[in-house]
Amino acid sequence: MLEVNSLTVDYLTRGGTIRAVDNVSFSLEKGETLGLAGESGSGKSTLGLSMIRLIPPPGRIVKGEIRIDEVNIVDLPESKMRVLRGRKVAYIFQDPMTSLNPVKKIGAHFVELIRTHEPDTKKEDALERTKKVLGLLGILPERMNDYPHQFSGGMRQRIMIGLGITLNPNLVIADEPTTALDVIVQAKILDLLENLRRVYGMALILISHDLSIILERCDRIIVLYAGNMVEYASSAELHKNPIHPYTQGLLRSIPNIELSDQRLSAIPGSPPNMLNPPKGCRFSPRCRHAEEKCSLMEPSLIDVGNNHFVKCFAADNEGAAVE
Amino acid sequence: MSEIVRVENLVKYFPVQKSLLEQFFARKVDYVRAVDHVTFSIKRGEIFTLAGESGCGKTTTARVLIRLLQPTSGRIFFNDQDITQLKGERLRLLRRKMQMIFQDPYASLNPRMRIGDSIGHPLEIYGIARGGEKVKKVLEVLGKVGLTPPEQFINLYPLNLSGGQRQRVALARSIILEPEFMVADEPVSMIDVSLRTTIIELMLNFRKELGITYLFVTHDLAVAKYISDRIAIMYLGRIIELTDKKTLFNEPLHPYTQALLSAIPVPDPERRRKMIELKGEVPSAIHVPSGCRFHTRCPYAEKTCEEREPDLVPVTPDHLVACHLTRKK
Repeated sequence: MLEVNSLTVDYLTRGGTIRAVDNVSFSLEKGETLGLAGESGSGKSTLGLSMIRLIPPPGRIVKGEIRIDEVNIVDLPESKMRVLRGRKVAYIFQDPMTSLNPVKKIGAHFVELIRTHEPDTKKEDALERTKKVLGLLGILPERMNDYPHQFSGGMRQRIMIGLGITLNPNLVIADEPTTALDVIVQAKILDLLENLRRVYGMALILISHDLSIILERCDRIIVLYAGNMVEYASSAELHKNPIHPYTQGLLRSIPNIELSDQRLSAIPGSPPNMLNPPKGCRFSPRCRHAEEKCSLMEPSLIDVGNNHFVKCFAADNEGAAVE
Repeated sequence: MSEIVRVENLVKYFPVQKSLLEQFFARKVDYVRAVDHVTFSIKRGEIFTLAGESGCGKTTTARVLIRLLQPTSGRIFFNDQDITQLKGERLRLLRRKMQMIFQDPYASLNPRMRIGDSIGHPLEIYGIARGGEKVKKVLEVLGKVGLTPPEQFINLYPLNLSGGQRQRVALARSIILEPEFMVADEPVSMIDVSLRTTIIELMLNFRKELGITYLFVTHDLAVAKYISDRIAIMYLGRIIELTDKKTLFNEPLHPYTQALLSAIPVPDPERRRKMIELKGEVPSAIHVPSGCRFHTRCPYAEKTCEEREPDLVPVTPDHLVACHLTRKK
């Protein structure tokens, strides 16, 4: 359904070129959930935004291809891309307040969306469809006539998700959909996304800095560090057998309420300055296992079997290099 | 263990802003009942956590407690001294003993002050040290928070630092006066996961080395479980359950606590928790429900719950719960 090959995205800033996404490849099947995990500046949102070609300037895709249902969208003219957005790929942003028009009723958001993409639809039919979607979201149909400010944060996020799925896209990208929400609402929203994914059979990309959510909700996980895909595996495999020192460090720094007497440990140092990233492996200055070659050569992505890929020399003994 | 802080029946209401016209016609003023009769005490040397969802009043409670906000009613004691009405010089001297670190390390540091000046400023305010002596102390605390070599950091501006490093600066500034008590309001929620543990470990170290008692405010119960000794869960301006962390996570008694705990994500793909569903959303703090304020969403609510507000009472000596139905069981 989705295939990404050697995707590279640069931001051309006055201070120099920032390589936000560096040579990332992965694929996604229908009905699958993929998690993009990483800290701020790791490139997870940029990677997500490239799937609908909405990378904010001065960012641009400099290399690679993104195939959605066999169509490479990297070179697609903007007019064709517009048709694709919403119908094939939908993006759910983190902040539902700034993504909804404050002077427009909720129903009008849906009607506009439907009639933009399907101009022949009658207004009544569009409203009818809106009611159906609101029903799925657990929102009363009469609230169609309310404005965004009359809803709570959790409800607004539901509406955003509703707008995302109205046109029945094959791929939904949810970028930190619950970061601004409290845990109870967060759990409800994630359940909703999961149910909708099941009902519509769409593929879902969940972007989050919270590895707990990703581990809990996703089939496969990509761990990003400084624009690099450092590890890519199923969540079960990643949980049981994390190989990249960064993934291991991340897993050791998240508290788990089910464990008693857990000892957390931190990853030393700070994420790199992306204008001047470290040579060799970008994680090497913070890595406990770093050897001399780590700061000289960039490790390649290594297949360690079990559909598990690691960008680290330490994985060398366990598998063979790909690409 | 002796107690260091106690609040009794603490109340903080904020009047709701209205337009002139509305003021003219309205018969009474509406209030946001942010903190509504809260009583608890913190023992010397412990880490006491106020946890709950946004709008539950945890931050307001903390701010009233260290006198950043004036309470509507109720009393605050620090080292057995009533500090509720303390003013002027005496309040200033008290502040030396109580410090606070904030959530947003980007907003809590003056962008035009060098790190060294920011950290050393409290020493000047209290006339403790100047010049070379001040610099010496600043270098010392920079080392303590792990910003090494300190000579390098002292002349930097906040702009040059990452979020995690900034929070360490805030921490350094708050310990330079060697306070007895510190309020930490969501100190790690804006920091990247890989750097959070450092801040948490530093806080734990300062408790051991400097004997600091903490009031920790957080929405993140996983972090609360890791760091706290005792935890109070708040809902709509009230404490609804208060006990040591082990009891809270093993035998939560209040239905709200149970639901809250069941919603926390567990970083384990094979372990799917069963979520306790709650009806609706948190009601407004202006129009608080009658009786038990949780009854509108409680799966077990009975008639009494609508009529009478439950008090926070001990079920066992160290486990306090505000629920009519707990005692029945």
